[in-house]
Amino acid sequence: MSGHSTYNPSNGFTRWLDARLPILRLGHDTAVSYPVPKNLNYWWTFGGVLTFCLGVQIITGIVLAMHYIPQTELAFRSVESIMRDVNYGWLLRYIHANGASMFFIAVYIHMFRGLYYGSYKAPREVLWILGCLIYLLMMATAFFGYVLPWGQMSFWGATVITNLFGAIPLVGESLRTWLWGGFAVGDPTLNRFFSLHYLFPFLIAGVVILHIWALHVTGQNNPAGVEVKNKDQDTVPFTPYATVKDAFGLSLFVILFAYFVFFNPNGLGDVENYVVANALKTPPHIVPEWYLLPFYAILRAVPDKLAGVVLMFGAIAVLFVLPWLDTSKVRSARFRPLYKQFFWIHLAVCLALGWCGAQSPDTILIHVGDGGFTVTHFARILASYYFLHFIVLFPLLGLIEKTKPLPESISASVLGTKN
Amino acid sequence: MAEIHAAEPTRRDFLYVATGAFAAVGAAAAVWPLIDQMNPDASVLALASIEVDISKIPVGQEITIKWRGKPVFIRHRSEDEIKAAESVDVAELRDPQTDDVRLVKGPNGQLEKQWLVLIGICTHLGCVPLAYKGEFNGYFCPCHGSVYDTSGRIRKGPAPLNLEVPPYKFVSDSKILIG
Ligand code: HEM
Ligand code: FES
Repeated sequence: MSGHSTYNPSNGFTRWLDARLPILRLGHDTAVSYPVPKNLNYWWTFGGVLTFCLGVQIITGIVLAMHYIPQTELAFRSVESIMRDVNYGWLLRYIHANGASMFFIAVYIHMFRGLYYGSYKAPREVLWILGCLIYLLMMATAFFGYVLPWGQMSFWGATVITNLFGAIPLVGESLRTWLWGGFAVGDPTLNRFFSLHYLFPFLIAGVVILHIWALHVTGQNNPAGVEVKNKDQDTVPFTPYATVKDAFGLSLFVILFAYFVFFNPNGLGDVENYVVANALKTPPHIVPEWYLLPFYAILRAVPDKLAGVVLMFGAIAVLFVLPWLDTSKVRSARFRPLYKQFFWIHLAVCLALGWCGAQSPDTILIHVGDGGFTVTHFARILASYYFLHFIVLFPLLGLIEKTKPLPESISASVLGTKN
Repeated sequence: MAEIHAAEPTRRDFLYVATGAFAAVGAAAAVWPLIDQMNPDASVLALASIEVDISKIPVGQEITIKWRGKPVFIRHRSEDEIKAAESVDVAELRDPQTDDVRLVKGPNGQLEKQWLVLIGICTHLGCVPLAYKGEFNGYFCPCHGSVYDTSGRIRKGPAPLNLEVPPYKFVSDSKILIG
């Protein structure tokens, strides 16, 4: 879809530079003349939102690192001093801490957008896989970051997650000791997590570049899910059309972001993390950050330690192979009446899993005699559906579903000649 | 004949393979220090043992000390607790062990049945269990609900193994050396 470059250096300097390092041409082709399908809706503005989030995390993070001390005796205190003593430290930390949550809200919307409109299907498989990789790196980064303030949740979250690796047969124990650099989570662990927390966002930035590169090779998918046939009729230039739409979407997103930072800065966090880490006492109820809850629920739903760990990672791994599990040629759920229903069921299941992850596992939902139907039972049903959805329904639906007729072209779908 | 000859590996092929193999071994040797530096360092390994005075712990109570960064429970068991631990049918346990093999001998050569020493880390995912809680009045893990008995053996919940017994010995009637 890239086509020929329409960049036209306008003065002596830009002509000189263009012959030596055509970086302005790259910028022009990527963010100005790049053709976008003209039917994109607001669900397509989250790519821009995500780029913004990454920028915010990197900038605030680098500044926080100027005041933060990665040492178990001092880490908690240094974060408190960021909050109380450092000029605008409270603002920077609240932006960074809530920024992580905002980043995940955006990435989940972005991913479910892809699932709804079939953006993972040929020819965008590599684009999708790079996205999954970014998501994986984000989870690792956020996990490392959450350990840094060295509160009770930091410590026990780190303990439980690193212990997951202990479940691996044969090498598990040594792997865990290697991750810790000791015999429990401690100073060496905190230090290396800080180092990695600094590194990973830049790895993410690298994969984002590949992601956008792949995007510009295949071109964007769109709500109708049909490919661009005629560039003049089906697309508009990125600037001003997409630029302005993205900017407007981003403004709304920033309002939500600002609400959390200024009016509810600890709403998404856990009070327990304002208690300094204590290796001798586990808090009564430990939970990860909200964005990891569905996976935590899957982990706890399985009575066997190793199987629980395998399924938890499997829940993420399955995303990587979706392009090959889906047998339907039609991309957009608009034209897939059956898939559309299951899409919403799946979304509800993911949210319900998240809810389960936050509950105490033995909480009884429906009383039957002495015992009853607990959160764990509920999570088992939900987790089964999660896998069933991808592994059974994805291949099956494509074979049995009767899809609606696709529009002639993007342009025809916009002009409303039915659909 | 000539064709068969041509397909045979030449001296050059051998040199390619040998060079490649050398480079691979060299790269692996260069990467190893980068990996091994993350393992526990000398100072961490040096902190390996600690002496504890147990004479002040009354019957029916336990203390928690820190060893290698981990909590260690030292429990002065009552007669009832010992009896409960011994009367279990070992065959029915998830991780079958008698109470005796989880104890050590004192300076006089007798098993010190009243002293139970455990690493206070749940074998599920590493939380610290609470003492004198749970169905068997041994330990209860608040994280995902594992229940241990008065010998620290797993009885219920997701944990696969008994609470670990650290290496320790009695150096006198009132002191033990852990590690
Ligand atoms: C993908 C981007 C990033 C994400 C998702 C992320 C996430 C997080 C999270 C969740 C925390 C814990 C916040 C809290 O509860 O206090 C944190 C803390 C921290 N992060 Fe990041 N971070 C990112 C990028 C960076 C970068 C590039 C740096 C630069 C060094 C950085 C430096 C820090 C520091 C020093 C802390 C500890 C201070 C604090 O707890 O507020 N972060 N990060
Ligand atoms: S860590 Fe103890 S039950 Fe999971």
